Amino acid sequence: MTVQFTINGVKVEAQKGESVIEVARRYGFEIPSLCHHQAVTPYGACRVCLVEIVKGGRKKLTTSCNYEVLDGIEVVTDSEAIHKHRAMVLELILAEAPDAEPVKKLAAQYGVNVSRFERSDTEMAQERHDCIMCGLCVRVCTEIVEVNALAFNGRGYNRGVGGPYLEAPQSCIACGACAWVCPTDCIGFVEEDGMRKVLKWDRELPMEKDENGRPIAPKFQLHYFKEKFGLPADIYKKAPGSR
Amino acid sequence: MDLTKVDAIIENYDGDATSLLAIMQDVQDQENYLPREAVNHISAKLDVPVSRIYSMATFFESFHLEPRGKHICTVCMGTACHVRGAQRLVEHLERDLSVKSGGTTEDLQFTLEEVNCVGACALGPLVIIDGEYHGNVTSTRLTKAVKKLKTRKGGE
Repeated sequence: MTVQFTINGVKVEAQKGESVIEVARRYGFEIPSLCHHQAVTPYGACRVCLVEIVKGGRKKLTTSCNYEVLDGIEVVTDSEAIHKHRAMVLELILAEAPDAEPVKKLAAQYGVNVSRFERSDTEMAQERHDCIMCGLCVRVCTEIVEVNALAFNGRGYNRGVGGPYLEAPQSCIACGACAWVCPTDCIGFVEEDGMRKVLKWDRELPMEKDENGRPIAPKFQLHYFKEKFGLPADIYKKAPGSR
Repeated sequence: MDLTKVDAIIENYDGDATSLLAIMQDVQDQENYLPREAVNHISAKLDVPVSRIYSMATFFESFHLEPRGKHICTVCMGTACHVRGAQRLVEHLERDLSVKSGGTTEDLQFTLEEVNCVGACALGPLVIIDGEYHGNVTSTRLTKAVKKLKTRKGGE
């Protein structure tokens, strides 16, 4: 079922169930975001993707990532008010993640170079480092990789992301999807000395080597893929081209 | 802990994963805390990741992952109790039980806790010992109550 509405005065068409941000981006309108990824369910955590939506004559500011398209709505992706709100949101996020380059870059685009707010000095805040708790890593780990290694732990100022019992998660396959998707690059992912390391979760796994002694991927990860997709036992012995 | 007890609790809820929270509460009722092996067992039985159970257990204040004492003393720290000297009661209990607030004695007999308000402000200062509400408590009455529990421990 198609839905018709306007974005910045331009008539657009979308499928029912799509989110405003996806449709806007498809039509080439820019909406910044940190916690959104098309592969996982929207979460509305970072609030950078704020837009104005006029529905039934009423105007409101809302997050475009988890707003489903509706017939006849008018979406505005940029205005003075939106700019002001995004700048405020980014200033708050910058306070939580003062060293995260992607956040700094985005904030600078909105004229925010220094945050007036201080990061809380609790133990958990130190532990979180540049994490803005957008939950992208958690969603990728549960919905895409399906190993459920990560979850939000604690509550309030003690909230943080990590494995159970604050230890290296035993179900983590060190695939690195969390590090790849993280909008603040705060997870850390390295391969050295035949080991794959995901730094934030303290997870270290030995890597399988091909016949030339070059590391392919962690053994545990390869095993997980083999089991999950029912691949033949000798799949990783074969050259990449003939698999 | 005895994992057959956990099995029985899970059976009570027909092994339904949507009853996870209730199952966790029932397990905690048995042991006064959520032992790690019980968490792992529930996870395997209900096919719910350990990470989710841990996440829930740390979200709700009422779950405890560390062993707690047989007797639990909770001092209300709400405004009404506070102005009537709840802080002094906590310090008194800390000395009586030789344990810091929020901690458990080494012999696993007593746990001393603070709570922000239990809604019985007219009775302040209020201390809850093993689920029994003691209103208008004084340090002498607390000492007596604690002594009673300590001696009962020997008699059992």
